[in-house]
Amino acid sequence: MRRFEAIAVPHMDAAFNLARWLTRNEHDAEDVVQEAYLRAFKFIDGYRGGDARAWILTIVRRSCFTWLARNRPFELIAIADDDAEERFAATPDTETPDPETELLRRLDESTLNELIEALPPLFREIVILREIEELSYKEIAEILEVPIGTVMSRLARARQRLQESWRRHPVARIG
Amino acid sequence: MQCSEARRLIGARIDGELDAAGEAALAAHLADCAECARHLVEQQEWHAAIKRNAARYTAPDALRQRLAAAVADAERPPSTPSRSRAGEWRQWAIAASVLLAVVLSSSLTAYVTRPNADDRLVQELVSDHVRSLMADHLTDVASSDQHTVKPWFHGRLDLAPPVDDLAAEGFPLVGGRLDYVEQRPVAALVYRHAEHPINVFVLPNRGGPAAASQSLSQRGFNLLHWTRGDLAFWAVSDLNLAELRDFQRLFDRNMAAAG
Repeated sequence: MRRFEAIAVPHMDAAFNLARWLTRNEHDAEDVVQEAYLRAFKFIDGYRGGDARAWILTIVRRSCFTWLARNRPFELIAIADDDAEERFAATPDTETPDPETELLRRLDESTLNELIEALPPLFREIVILREIEELSYKEIAEILEVPIGTVMSRLARARQRLQESWRRHPVARIG
Repeated sequence: MQCSEARRLIGARIDGELDAAGEAALAAHLADCAECARHLVEQQEWHAAIKRNAARYTAPDALRQRLAAAVADAERPPSTPSRSRAGEWRQWAIAASVLLAVVLSSSLTAYVTRPNADDRLVQELVSDHVRSLMADHLTDVASSDQHTVKPWFHGRLDLAPPVDDLAAEGFPLVGGRLDYVEQRPVAALVYRHAEHPINVFVLPNRGGPAAASQSLSQRGFNLLHWTRGDLAFWAVSDLNLAELRDFQRLFDRNMAAAG
């Protein structure tokens, strides 16, 4: 109990934030976090020291994906983890009359949150973990259970996808 | 360096993950490539915009409390009576059978059905203690300064808890909190010993003359109960009993010295 409190309780906000972004609603996020925490509590002996936040977030993330598979299977389209797509292609900046930074200035808070929500879960979670939770590549690799190279390429693709979705957004286009 | 390689490094640079060699190589490329230099600025602006505007949701208090209760339930051995659903059922069953007995024999008094008042108090204190840890709400007034904590209770309670920092003796004061015990607001003083928080609940003494301190353990926590003057104290902690007793002696000695 004491050990569990020390390990898991400080990261409850991070856990809830991840679950809230992946389930996209408060109620389901609460259920998923509760279930994940009870599992973590049961398997606390499996925690062998190290990064407590990464450990608990790994469990929360697995619960989130189980929930997604059950409730939002259509969201879980596979994304290929090679960096073919993210390779530097001539970015459309040059063709856009607006420089990118000018365009970005028009991006308000709620639109940004909508755009992130619209990303596929594998892209969404990596943006959340890096940009909001400010985790290192190493921690993200641990939570996603993939090599660091995959974290880097997936993050690059997620960012590219997010930025493209803004360029295509009606507000950005009308300006 | 190819632009494609530079773009990859720009991502790492923004995330603070680029090593010195990468940093130098990227800088050399950016000096020559206006396009990539512009890309870096754009990416930095996106990074800042997301950090500034993306929502960070925080765990609702209701969830924290639900979890505290669920964990407390999960870790309680099944044989102990509890306030879980099973425990409630058992109490209802007992109440029902006793009610029947009362109906059958009017000489029986109903109060035998109620759990012992002290037991309930102990359960409540432990629950308050656990909740204070789980809900990240250990203190309302966080201060190691007794002259800040003591006046904080003025006007919030009709009793004045003694507040002494015992840092010199290894039990630093962390702060104070209003809590509810038996449907009444009470003072909770929070101390720490190493990493172990100690909650001292201060209640009015309704038990008459000073009693020697009593100890018990409940759900893995140790409790000590003692009284002085018109105040009753309950210390709850995961600290071992010997250390909790040390704490109690210090606390009580300081209080006796003060008045």
